[in-house]
Amino acid sequence: MKFDTPAGINPIDKGRVVGIPHDRIDGAAKVTGSAPYAYERHDAAPNAVYGWIVGSAIAKGRIAAMDLRAAEAAPGVLGIVTHANAGKLGKGSMNTAPLLGGPQVDHYEQAVALVIADTFENARDAAKLVRIDYTPEDGKYDLAAESLKGVMPPDSFGTPADTKAGDFEGGFAKAAVKIDQRYTTPDHSHAMMEPHATTAAWNGDRLTLWTSNQMIAWGVGEVARTLGIAKEKVRLVSPYIGGGFGSKLFLRADALLAALGAKQVGRPVKVAIARHQIPNNTTHRPATIQRIRIGADKDGVIDAIGHEVWSGDLPGGSPETAAQQTRLLYRGANRMTAHRLVTLNLPEGNAMRAPGEAVGLLALEVAMDELAEACGVDPVELRIRNDVQYDPEAGPQRPYSSRKLVECLRAGADRFGWDKRKAKPGQVRDGRWLVGMGVAAAFRNNLVGKSGARIGVDAQGKVIVETDMTDIGTGSYTIIGQTAAEMLGVPLDQVIVRLGDSRFPVSAGSGGQWGANSSTAGVYAAAMALRAKLAEKAGYPADKAQFDDGLVKFDNKSQTLAALAGREGLWAEDSMEYGDLDKRYAQATFGAHFCEVGVDIDTAEVRVRRMGGAFAAGRILNPKSARSQVIGAMTMGVGAALMESLEVDTRFGFFVNHDMAEYVVPVHADIPQQDVLFIDELDDKSSPMKAKGVGELGICGAGAAVANAIYNATGIRLRDYPLTIDKLLKAQAA
Amino acid sequence: MSSNHLTRRGLLQGSAALAAASPVVAQAAAIPKRNGGSAMIPVELTVNGREVHLQLDPRTSLLDTLREHLHLTGTKKGCDHGQCGACTVIVEGRRINSCLTLAVMHDGERVTTIEGLGTPDKLHPMQKAFIVHDGYQCGYCTPGQICSAVAVLDEIKAGIPSHATAELDDVAFSDAELRERMSGNICRCAAYPNIIAAMRDAAGEKVA
Amino acid sequence: MKAFTYERASTVEAAAKAAASVQGARFIAGGTNLLDLMKLQIETPTHLIDVNHLGLDRIEKTANGGLKIGALVRNTDLAADKSVRQDYAVLSRALLAGASGQLRNKATTGGNLLQRTRCPYFYDTRMPCNKRKAGSGCGAMQGMSRSLAILGVSDACIAQHPSDMAVAMRLLDAQVDTMGADGAARAIPIADFHLLPGDTPHRESALKPGEIITSVTLPKPVGGAHVYRKVRDRASYAFALVSVAAVFGKDGGARFAFGGIGAKPWRVEAADDAAKSGAKAVAEAALAGARTTHHNDFKKTLVERTLASLYRQQEARA
Repeated sequence: MKFDTPAGINPIDKGRVVGIPHDRIDGAAKVTGSAPYAYERHDAAPNAVYGWIVGSAIAKGRIAAMDLRAAEAAPGVLGIVTHANAGKLGKGSMNTAPLLGGPQVDHYEQAVALVIADTFENARDAAKLVRIDYTPEDGKYDLAAESLKGVMPPDSFGTPADTKAGDFEGGFAKAAVKIDQRYTTPDHSHAMMEPHATTAAWNGDRLTLWTSNQMIAWGVGEVARTLGIAKEKVRLVSPYIGGGFGSKLFLRADALLAALGAKQVGRPVKVAIARHQIPNNTTHRPATIQRIRIGADKDGVIDAIGHEVWSGDLPGGSPETAAQQTRLLYRGANRMTAHRLVTLNLPEGNAMRAPGEAVGLLALEVAMDELAEACGVDPVELRIRNDVQYDPEAGPQRPYSSRKLVECLRAGADRFGWDKRKAKPGQVRDGRWLVGMGVAAAFRNNLVGKSGARIGVDAQGKVIVETDMTDIGTGSYTIIGQTAAEMLGVPLDQVIVRLGDSRFPVSAGSGGQWGANSSTAGVYAAAMALRAKLAEKAGYPADKAQFDDGLVKFDNKSQTLAALAGREGLWAEDSMEYGDLDKRYAQATFGAHFCEVGVDIDTAEVRVRRMGGAFAAGRILNPKSARSQVIGAMTMGVGAALMESLEVDTRFGFFVNHDMAEYVVPVHADIPQQDVLFIDELDDKSSPMKAKGVGELGICGAGAAVANAIYNATGIRLRDYPLTIDKLLKAQAA
Repeated sequence: MSSNHLTRRGLLQGSAALAAASPVVAQAAAIPKRNGGSAMIPVELTVNGREVHLQLDPRTSLLDTLREHLHLTGTKKGCDHGQCGACTVIVEGRRINSCLTLAVMHDGERVTTIEGLGTPDKLHPMQKAFIVHDGYQCGYCTPGQICSAVAVLDEIKAGIPSHATAELDDVAFSDAELRERMSGNICRCAAYPNIIAAMRDAAGEKVA
Repeated sequence: MKAFTYERASTVEAAAKAAASVQGARFIAGGTNLLDLMKLQIETPTHLIDVNHLGLDRIEKTANGGLKIGALVRNTDLAADKSVRQDYAVLSRALLAGASGQLRNKATTGGNLLQRTRCPYFYDTRMPCNKRKAGSGCGAMQGMSRSLAILGVSDACIAQHPSDMAVAMRLLDAQVDTMGADGAARAIPIADFHLLPGDTPHRESALKPGEIITSVTLPKPVGGAHVYRKVRDRASYAFALVSVAAVFGKDGGARFAFGGIGAKPWRVEAADDAAKSGAKAVAEAALAGARTTHHNDFKKTLVERTLASLYRQQEARA
């Protein structure tokens, strides 16, 4: 099915199941611990043995010699995989550095061996006995020092490195009010709760990987490419994924090494990347240096806006596209964005929740706060004044499919009690706390992708949906079930949803907040095909048949789904593909974050007192799970604002604080009440679901709202994230 | 034969009461140490009401005992270093990080895991409340959160103070108390407010 | 984790004796720090003596009005103990500011005193660290040292002592009671219990081989307002950047001990003497001889600010 004209009235609009805040259908499995994750497949691979990854001790250089004798002689050791015995390996097209290093070493903690033993304890112990002599080479590890050498990178996920409209320099030069500031954001770690993990088993030349992966079809392709085998020989199974946030978009060392290990020892092998290895072994969100210039008239109306971003990655890597929202969010005839990429020999930079916007808005939305103050305009009002209903680079001929930023700002401000905010900083005191409020706009592009599903009805009238879509906590099981139930007119408890298996039709997968809308649209397509089959079997005209209460109805006749399905059941498969609606219309999701913080008058400890936001993201398929996505993302935004930072040791070239004790993320005590309002919106140009993504929108701007609240509380403007006590104290003293 | 072994035997002989009270040590002494490896030690646990007898490498954490030996994989390994709380179980009525303790140290003790609290057909009230309040997303920290949540309600009832307790002798139920006490259970999906709502619900307190 | 042999000890004497006679033996109590380090092979004992069943889990009043706390009393139980809450509230507060509920249920009084540093270079076995491997150098001094010590440091080591409990114990002038391998008991004032790094940062306590902590004895209660203020990067479940334990007397006098800034739990009498002069004077006295890096020099300011906060709190109460 192709979606190339705006959606009209369709079965989803009935809203009997879709749009209802149902409890998750995978809830009972999760709360009882019976949902199986990748390392827990005793059912599927009962005789699996244990692999432990040995990571490089240097950041750049070569392995001069490896001595495996002691490790091989250790109790229980069954085999050791290294570059020397792994055979010829390709490299995944989405991997920047090889997942198995050697003799060349590309980054610290890059996997250079896998030790396989009969028990976990023996594998971990023996791994310490692998002796490696390195010949280190000098590397580059300091983004700030290297930033002048940044080069223009190729397009990244459709974002060109440089964009221009009008005459930015000219417009900025003559602007009445100018903001010109630099902001920096550090490297971030996804820190999802389930480490990357895989159980691998070979059956002849066929490989099965029970793994933790957001993108099943990508994974199959990358495994095949890396091992040099046909895609048809590879099966990936990921029914449950303990958090992703982008860390599990790609093939990583756990899966590759489990496959290689299982081949070597002739039995299933399971591998989890140890927590302390994750920050340096896997990917992270790269640090940025950003310069923002905004030129406005004295009322704050923007005429010129420019955003430049420097980030680093390994050779062949990609930039953090932190300026991309600046192309689209606010008005202004004269605009520019630019990304420059620096070669760094740190671990691989890559996507983390809302790549680009998450850190881009940490800068842009503070710059807007600065502009509001410079113009003496309320920050909410400033954003409303600079709203634009079309793509400001392309002009009015490319309108937004739907853009409710202003509604979000107004409704959010109202609910939060924004009118109680004092414009002048440092005015509100509550005991030992200086109290302030901040606002930031939320913006995240809406992406859609081809997505397929198979759907059937069995002899009992149960509806079964199969797609390789994943549920990484996003609620995919439930919204896919709701979509199928709506389309076929059955209650949700009559639907069985099976996900995350490469034997199922290829879906859009989970990433870039495209998953919910795209995958349910794929289910919609398959369900339309099944409705046609059912109607045909019933002898009813397909376009007139009604699907209600487990019945197919036409005129005053009806037949049950169960009877029509017959003993064999009835199945249909289709996918949703997209035309050029996303070219003709700018498509994005919007919101407004509000935050109140307290800053200790003496120690500069910051506590978020409350957060609220209003969001417009098309049809909200399940308000309960969507709200959870948003509050979770807001919390990750609090982390980015206040505490999260991978600290680079520029001598050794690694992230020093590489465990969960030292890389701190928000805990329960950091997070107070969070209020979420969804603004009514149906986006008929996004998909037949009229939905858009929401899983990343919540992080976009959340941290900036915190930063702006700190400024409002204290009058201290920090532009170097995270906004920690040490920086606040220093700024106060200055 | 290592001198360690002989020393331990000597110790045991000097301590008959110990040998009687603690079969773990008695049997360990009888099993020769493998060259370079670890001698297996018999361990008896009562897990979710069921007595289990195991022969374990003494290096085996309680967490790996549950997950790898008893196939009770509801208890999760998030960090294996006491930094996340995903491995929380209840031992002898108290919640602990099962990753930072050895199974042999718990010989003869009672362990309750998420599987022991309830099953999909017969959910514990806290499990039910987590579903109703969407107190999870990816589900990986969830068993640990629930085990902790159950224990936290007991701790408050028992009057055990926390960092959030204003007067040490006056332990009362509040959101601030719950947040502080649950802070050893990290949820990166950050269902935090929903978890607090679920706990209030399960405790029979008004949902804030 | 390297292979080890394991035994459960049933008497203190036997445990001490066993520990002294086996090269590489270690006691294990809560295990929350030792096992963490063993998994990374930072600690590599060949033999573990499980001391959890020695019956050292009682809290008793002493004849001279103090309190004797068994070495195996769990952090949770110590913090919740009625007499500790009443008479040594700073100790309750310090304990409750540390770690998590789960860890406090396991961690013991004796073990907590022996908690090792959180220096990230100590934790990564590929990095130089004089504490972990004598003579290998210090990765932290020219590296990331934001969380590390500024007092009591040496050219060999700037690791911080991470304990909260020990700061309160230091404030209260606790005494560490031990039994040696020879069966002899001794009492070590807490001031002498932790060693400064000097040239031997791997030596951290005054304990001799085989010597086991049996209890910690607190002197008579110190009257006044007991407070423990911990400043950290998040609201809970994090190590201190700076912490201050204090008892404010009715006469305006006070005593102080500090965490997060010292190579050991930090206390200087001169700081107590300055109590009546206010936060700035106390901080100046406490910070005498501080040696900071570019990353952790903020701790000096933060000590003063944390003290100021405590003074403000006292004034508000008065």
